[in-house]
This record gives sequence, structure tokens and C-alpha cells, in this order.
Amino acid sequence: MKSLFTLKKYFIKYKKKLIYGFLFILISNISSVYVPLFIRDGIDQLKENITSASLIKYAGLIVGVTLFSGVFRFLIRQTIIVASREIEYDLRNDLWSHLQNLSLRFYQNTRTGDLLAHLTNDINAVRNFLGPAVMYSFDTLTLFIFTLALMFTIDVNLSLLSLIPFPLLSIIVYSLGKKIHLRFTKIQEHFSVLTAKAQENLSGIRIVKAYVREESEINHFRKLSWEYFLKNMNLVKVEALFRPALFLVIGASIIIIMWFGGLKVINNEMTLGDITAFILYMGYLIWPAIAFGWITNITQQASASQKRLNALFATKPEIKDSDITDYRIKKLNGTIEFKNVSFRYRDNLPYVLREISFTVPAGSTFAIVGHTGCGKTTLVNLILRMFDVCSGKILIDGHNIKTIPLETLRNEISYVPQESFLFSDTIKNNIIYGLKDLSDKELIEKRLSQAVEIAHLTPDLENFPAGLQTVIGERGITLSGGQKQRTTIARAIVKDSSILIFDDCLSAVDTNTEEQILFKLREFMREKTSIIISHRISTVKGADQIIVLENGTIAEQGNHKELLELNGIYSRLYYKQLLEKELEQI
Amino acid sequence: MTDYFQEDEILGKAYDARLMKRLLKYVKPYRHYIIIAIILNIITAGLEPVRPYLTKIAVDNYISVGDWRGLLNIIILIFLSLLLQALITYAMTYATQYMGQRTLFDLRIEIFEHLQQLALKFFDKTPVGRLVTRVTNDVESLSELFSSGIVMIFSDVFIIIWIFAFMMIMDLNLALVTLSVIPVLVYSTFLFRKKVRQNYRDIRFHLARLNSYMQEHIVGMSVVQVFNKRNEEFNKFKEINRNYRDVNIQSILYYAIFYPAVELISAIAVGLIIWYGGGQVIQNQISLGVLFAFIQYTEMFFRPVRDLAEKYNILQTGMASSERIFKLLDNKTFISDPQNPIQLNNIKGKVEFQNVWFAYNDEDYVLQDISFVINAGETVAIVGATGAGKSSIVNLLLRFYDVNKGKILIDNIDISKIRQEDLRKNIALVLQDVFLFSGAIKSNISLWNDEIPFEKIVEASQIVGADQFIEKLPRQFDEEVKERGATLSLGQKQLISFARALAYDPKILILDEATASIDTESEQMIQKAISKLLKGRTSIVIAHRLSTIKNADKILVIHKGKIRELGTHYELLALRGIYYRLYQLQYKEQEVSV
Repeated sequence: MKSLFTLKKYFIKYKKKLIYGFLFILISNISSVYVPLFIRDGIDQLKENITSASLIKYAGLIVGVTLFSGVFRFLIRQTIIVASREIEYDLRNDLWSHLQNLSLRFYQNTRTGDLLAHLTNDINAVRNFLGPAVMYSFDTLTLFIFTLALMFTIDVNLSLLSLIPFPLLSIIVYSLGKKIHLRFTKIQEHFSVLTAKAQENLSGIRIVKAYVREESEINHFRKLSWEYFLKNMNLVKVEALFRPALFLVIGASIIIIMWFGGLKVINNEMTLGDITAFILYMGYLIWPAIAFGWITNITQQASASQKRLNALFATKPEIKDSDITDYRIKKLNGTIEFKNVSFRYRDNLPYVLREISFTVPAGSTFAIVGHTGCGKTTLVNLILRMFDVCSGKILIDGHNIKTIPLETLRNEISYVPQESFLFSDTIKNNIIYGLKDLSDKELIEKRLSQAVEIAHLTPDLENFPAGLQTVIGERGITLSGGQKQRTTIARAIVKDSSILIFDDCLSAVDTNTEEQILFKLREFMREKTSIIISHRISTVKGADQIIVLENGTIAEQGNHKELLELNGIYSRLYYKQLLEKELEQI
Repeated sequence: MTDYFQEDEILGKAYDARLMKRLLKYVKPYRHYIIIAIILNIITAGLEPVRPYLTKIAVDNYISVGDWRGLLNIIILIFLSLLLQALITYAMTYATQYMGQRTLFDLRIEIFEHLQQLALKFFDKTPVGRLVTRVTNDVESLSELFSSGIVMIFSDVFIIIWIFAFMMIMDLNLALVTLSVIPVLVYSTFLFRKKVRQNYRDIRFHLARLNSYMQEHIVGMSVVQVFNKRNEEFNKFKEINRNYRDVNIQSILYYAIFYPAVELISAIAVGLIIWYGGGQVIQNQISLGVLFAFIQYTEMFFRPVRDLAEKYNILQTGMASSERIFKLLDNKTFISDPQNPIQLNNIKGKVEFQNVWFAYNDEDYVLQDISFVINAGETVAIVGATGAGKSSIVNLLLRFYDVNKGKILIDNIDISKIRQEDLRKNIALVLQDVFLFSGAIKSNISLWNDEIPFEKIVEASQIVGADQFIEKLPRQFDEEVKERGATLSLGQKQLISFARALAYDPKILILDEATASIDTESEQMIQKAISKLLKGRTSIVIAHRLSTIKNADKILVIHKGKIRELGTHYELLALRGIYYRLYQLQYKEQEVSV
């Protein structure tokens, strides 16, 4: 329960709606509890000689009061439930805004599915508490009290007697509800087992077929499905109790009323109308009794969910501007310097980069080659401050990057990541994603066409039905790996920053196209500092400076010619790639 | 993840006779349960309306004349009817659920069996996630249709019929007056359902948008951050979130109108009873007890009428799911066995390709005019650059696909004349990326084949040298493989797959060697294991290891879908052609380390 206290600020924000809502509940319930009394009076007066005019009066009262109370019922939902949706909206916004500030490390350690579950299921559970649970708890409580009060005015003894089964009802709803929830969870767990089995079988279908294991796979799946069946029946056993138990308890109350009330009528202590009213009041009391158990369950679930959400909110962003940030730094020239930089992902893991030092003068091209896993991507992530160095320093224009405002740093770097991530949007919007200022339409078009030209996208766009307006991803067309890479290159070019970083972004592009792109890029990069990571020598050989990373340290350093003369890793790589090219041409 | 992107989420027709007929076929084996459930239904549906009738008798015949004994009898009757109804309801729910769950079980197994039969061609084109959804979620969404849908529709209809019957018996005129509100109720329910259904679609749509936005931007969060787009993205998020909120608020409106409206209709019915019925009572046309019973009936018939409308949705989702399921079951991409298969007994293991042409799609040939012979007991290494067509040769030999042109022979028998089962029983395949199933190590070796005794599993592991690491595991051969073997090293996984192949003791072995670099110690272990594995069998090795190539009887060099060179290591080196270059590229460095 305690975890739900964090919701206080949202309650305060919407207090007006909530207070009105409670007020409407009061009005609606006070009026509606009188309806059975009108019915009673109508019935009782039938014994005396009654005019049809007064019958119409009673009928009119019944309908009129229900209408009056109904108007307020309408307003209750329009206030309390609407407020719960508004709070849900705020809560989700707050969570998302928080998530946007969290660093790469958080996302590497958290599964997307889990985060989505927090953003949907957990928030939903909390919403169920905020809306229905809050509304019904006040609604049922007041209805319960008013109904009881009126019942007591009719007959105290009979009221008390008829209430005997009610605590039982609440207990049944609560305990059955709990059991049902428990068994249901088990079913869900087994459902994931079943899903995992199907997933595994279909992923390994080649092995299954090659070893003729279809039969045993089917048997295995049958066994799991049968268990699933049994677990479902296990739930049915409890769930099927629910309705019978419910109307047994309600029936018990009615029997009590009929018997004791009947005797009272016989003894002239009560009227037949009173009994009718009592039976109708039972109908009013059933829902509160059921709702009580139900609300308890919902609140428990909401509290568990809110606890998870609170934990998420408590996660602090690892990288952000701090006391040492110098907000006067608004522009960067592009001299990048690494001074004895070492980095590892966690204290108990080995170092990924060790004692790295180099200087990239502003306006020059710097290339990094090396095997997969040698630390190339980590190195550029450090420049972008996706992570902070463990020891050593990175300087840009002589400023320690920790003192450069994050906004400036990232504005001044155009980055093409290794995994070409694009949004499900038009190609145009994906490319101009890099632009900060979208007001100058002319400039946008100019930059856009320049980027499309350099990234060699023009021939592809001609083949797409809607050209630049073609939607890609989920709801659109699927781009090939090379097309994706070239789109991300265009995105970086549009940004036109003083520092360019290309992380192995031409790997899926064929060598001919690569040459053309590199040729055009060279012109574009002239005034800029560029860092290029690649597996291919052809991509890096024109760089002013090349380093070969091996096991987190700089193994070789120099320009293309110098490195070839070294006759080391670089030259081996070079000759291998020459051979590959030869093979391709045979 | 697939849940969030139900591209298949089309809300189709609510009722499709063709689909329904097919669905009912699955229920047929359990028709006894349905018959029992329906009979129980008719009884229990009558038990509820009988009670107001009993109270009428109590009021008119006993309470009004002061007969407390008679009242007691009625009370006992009411109690008995309650108890009976409780028991029957329980039994009925159980029977329908049993029937429903059994049907789902059967259907699930049928889909799974069907999937096992489909050819690899089908799997190439269909994402695994979608197929998993068919077996799991789609079947699950039929659950309501089977378990509550079919029988509960009867239940609601019967309750309404019984109530009408009792009311008519007691007083026809009053019944007609009371029931005059029913059309209004039905119409408003219908209107409400229509609105809510449309709104429900909007909610699903906006929820899907919200989910896909969140999913996409969680994955691409670093792009958002690097491009300093947090504010812009947050505004986009807020808009999507707001749309979702607004359609939900829209739905609140419908409920806010509907519930009070139903109460109002019910109040009108009571008002009518008091006004018209009261008049009748005064004129002594009807008794007070009838009035009393009628007021109780108005409470009673509102639920089933409302529920019936609810069933519409269940039908609709059920139809949509079953349509998808049947579409899968109707897909017959099989590789069919011959009518009169040739029996394969004790084959020797000669493999021959005769002018084989093959394309995965249309005329895009990945293998062109491939011919070669491998004599029984020979080891052949296939080398070539990535994408040259090496794996396709293996796929064809196992008959995962059929050739477009040409023939493949084993012991001079065309493999299309042999049952697939017989063919594959004689061939063992070891893949480069070892696929481990969740289960014990021993089961991963035997693949749950009961014909392979435990001793054989151990023996096979010893021969390939897998026993050394297995015995160090806490539970040895019973150790569970978790997350597809994430806790095992690459070399260990490879050894398990060797033991698997050996335990099946095939005449023909196909080995797709791992390219990934393994440490020298396991490298030596694996080399030893391979030489034991190859002994005495026809072996086809997609070779990445120099030692395998050097020891092979023949090397086939595949380049761009054709056999370009054939010979032994030294012969081919002397040619100074493709093999010579491949050697420099891929194998030369191993010369140093070996």
C-alpha cells in the first residue's frame, strides 16, 4: 500500500474533479436509496383504497428519482473515471520523460519487453486503482451506509438478520479472487513455457527434420499442452465456484427475509411492501459486498505495480550535465585528444580500452581498424559520452568533455552508428531528423538534396513509389541493409556538424557504391574532423591517420603507406582484401 | 513482442458459416459434454425464474392468510431450488470448460503437427514469431468462444424464455405491459454496443500506435539522445499518449450514458407494474403476489439481454482467429513422399549429384549443373566463398528442398523415390551454429530418441571427448541446458553436436564446420573428434579447417553456384586458381597456428 503514496501529487492535481465526483456519488446514492421505499408505499397503499392518480404519482416518483440519480451517475464517471485517465496520461508522460534521460548503460541492461510491460501493464494496473477502485470504494461505502440506514428505519431486527450472510460474501469474493489470481498466474507462466517450446522447435526445425525427430517433438509438445489443459481446469474448478457461491449467499438473505419477514407480516408487525423493499435493498447491498473483495485485489495489484514504477523512477541518469559543466561552450572546432584513456563496462569485467592516447587535429581524418570486439565502437561511444571514461581524459578543443554541455557536444557531432537504426517514418523525415532548426524550408531542401546526393540515395529513391515521402519500417517498405546505412549517412550529413563519426557504416554497401560515396564525402569532410571506423581497408586508406586497435590497445599507427611498410596486422588485412576482390572478379 | 504488433488484427465478420462449420468439427468428439451442458442449462435457466413465482405463492396463499407452515414449505422449496441451481451451475460450467479446453488442446496439437510437416521453403518465408502466435495466442483467443460462447448463448436465451413463460402464466396483460420496455432495452443495448465496438477499435489502434512508438524509441533511444531530440520526441510521445487518453475518455462517455439508462429503463418497467398492475390489484384482477413477483422479474431479465449483446464480440474475435488458424492449416507446402517408396536397407553410402540445378526462388539459380560422385566411405570437403552455394548442396541431399533439374542418388537410388524418413535416418547433420534444446545434456545428444540407450550416449560422448567437460558439470549428463546453451562454450556445444551425430551412427555425415575461432586447446579436441567422427562413413564437410581439407579425399571448390575445381589439396594449390586464393584468404593462417 505504501508505494501508492507516490500518487499523491496526481490526486492533488486533479482534486477538483475528484471532490466533485465524490459529491455526485453522495447525491446519487442518497436519492436512489429512496426508490424501494416508493415501491413499498405503492404496494402498501393498494390494501387501502387508492386512486389511480396516486398510483401514477408513485410510478412517477420511481422513474423521476431514478432519472435524477442517473444524471449524477453520469457525472460521476465523467469526473472520477476521466480523472483516472488523465492521471494515467500524466504518469506515462512522466515515466517516458524520465526514461529519455537515462543513459545507454541502462538500456543495455534492461530488456525492451520489460520496459514496455512497465509502461503498459503496470500503469494500467495503477489506473484500475485510480479509477474504478477509487470510485467504487466510495460509491459502495456510501450506498452501503445509506441502504442500511433506511433498512434500519423499517425494521432493525430483520435488517440485522438479513445481513448475516454478507461478511461471508466478502470473504468468498476476496479469497476466491486471490485463489483465482494465483492459479491464473500459474496458467500464464505455463503459457510462456508453451510459447518457448513452440519457438524453440520452429527455430530448430532443420535439426528436428534432419534427425527425424518430428514425432518426439509432437509428443513433447502434447505433454506440455496437456499440462496447460490441466492447469486451466484447475482454475475452472475454483472459478466455477464463484457464481454458485454468490447466489447461494444472496439467496440465503432472501430466504431470511421471506421467512422472518413473512412471520412478521403474519403477526402484523410488518407490511408486504416492507418485504418488497427489503428484497430490493438486498440487490443494493450485493454489489458493495462483491466490490469490497474486488477492490482489495485491485489495490494489491496496483500497489505491486506502483512499487516497480517507483523503482524505475528512482533510477538516476548516469550521464548528465553537472557542477563542472561550462555552459559558455557553445561551439566546437574539432580537435580531439585522448589522454591515457581506459574503459571497462563494469568493475569486475576486463578492460575494453587500455591507456589509449592520440590526437586528431581539427579538420583531419582519423581512421580506426581492427577485429570485431577490439573496442572500436566503445571508443567512439566515449567521445559521444554515451559512457564516461574510467581513467584518463578526453579533450575536445582542450576542454575536458565532461565540462562541455551535453547539448553542445551532441550538436557538434554527426554520428552514424554501426546499427543503422531508422524510425518508421518517411525517408525524408528520417534524414532531416538531424536538423535542429526546421523553420528555413529552403535551407532544408538544399541540405537534403546535398545529403541524398552524397549518400548515393538518388537511384534508390527513383525506384520508390513516393520517393522521399516513402514510409519505411513497420507500416512501410523494408530497406535493404545498404539502403539503411546510406540513409543514416544522409542523416548525419544533413546535420552538418564540425565533427563526423562513421562507425562501420558502409559494411553493407557494395564496393563500387562505396567508392562513389567516399569520393563525394571527401569533399564534404574537408573542413571537418572525421573519425571513420571500418573493416575495409579501402574505406580508411585515404585517412590522414590510421590506428589499428587490437585487444583494447593501439597496435599500429600511421598513414596507409607507413602502415603497409610495417608489414603487420594492417598489411595482412590489406592483402587479404585484395584477394577477396580478385575472387569476386573470377 | 508480437502481441504489440498484431498486423493480423482485422476485425472481420462476426459470423461466418463456413468457419463455424469447420470449428464445430473440433467440438464433435466432445458433443456429449455439450448435450449434457445444454440439458443442464435448460433446467437451471428455469430454476432462477421459479423463485419469484414461489414468492408469489408464499404471499398470496400463506402470508396473506397467516399460514406459517405453508410459508415454511415454500422457504424450503426456495432453498432447495437455490442449492440445486448452485450444483447444476457448477457442473455445467465445468462441463463446458472441459469441452472447450479439450477442443483447444486438440486444435493446438493439430497446428503443431501440421507445422512439423511443412517444408523448409515455408519456414524461409514465414517469420517464426508469427507461427508461434498461431499455436499460442490465436488458439487462446478461441477459448472464450468454445468455453463460454456457445453454451452461454443457449443459457441466456433459455432464461429469457423461462421468465417470459412465467410472467405470461401469471398474468398475460401485465406481462405485455412490463415487457413493452424490452424493445427499448434491446435497441439501446444495440446502439451502445455499436458505439463501443467502434470505440474499442479506436482504442486498439491508438494503443498499438503508442506501443510501437515506445518499442521503437526504446530501441533507438541512443539515436534520440545523440541527435538531441529529446524535447521533440517527448512532444510526439505526448501527442500519441493524448490520443490514446482521449479515445479512452470517449469510451467513458458511452458507459456513463448506458448504465444509468439501463437503470432508468428498469425503473420505468417497475413504474409500469405499480401503475398498471396496482390498478389491476385494486380491481381484484390480479393478486398482490403477482405484483410482487413481477417486480423481481424486472431485475432478472436485464442481465441476459445485456449479455447476449456481449456475445457478439466473442464471436467476432473467435472468427478472426480461426480464419488465421485455418489459413495456416490449409497451407500444404509439403515435400511429399513417393507413392511406392523404395526401401533403404543397409546402405553403403555412395552419393551422387547428376546435373543438379536449384533455385530458392523462381529461376534465380544458386546451383548450376552440379555433378559429382562421392564413393562410400570417402570424405569430401566443400570450399568456397560465402554465398557460393555450399549449404544448398547439403539442403538438397537431405531433401529439405527438391531439385529443379537433375537428380541426386544414394547408392544409385534417386532420393525422391525414398521416404524422407528413411533418407534422413541414414544421414546426420551437424550445423555450424549448434542448436541446443532446453532439456538435459543427454536429451540433447539423443534428441529424446528412446531407441538410443544411455550407454550409447555416454559412449558417443567419450569418443568425441565431450565426456570430459560433461562429467565436470554438477549434474553431469542430467545437467539442464539453459537459454540454448548460453552457459556452455562454443567448443563444448560443438562437441555435444558431434556426440549427437555419433549416437545416431549414420552412414552419411554432413558437417558444417564452425568458422568462429576457438581457443587452441578446444581446437585440438575438436580436430581429434572430427577425425573419429568421419571414420568409416561417407562424409561431406563444409570445411573451414585446414586439417579437414588436407585430410579429405577430394575437395570440391564451389564458386558462384558452379563446381570450378576438384582435386586434392596439393593438386588444387598447384592450379593457382580459386582454391589457391581461398587458401591464402582463409586457411593460410591456420598453417601457422597448427
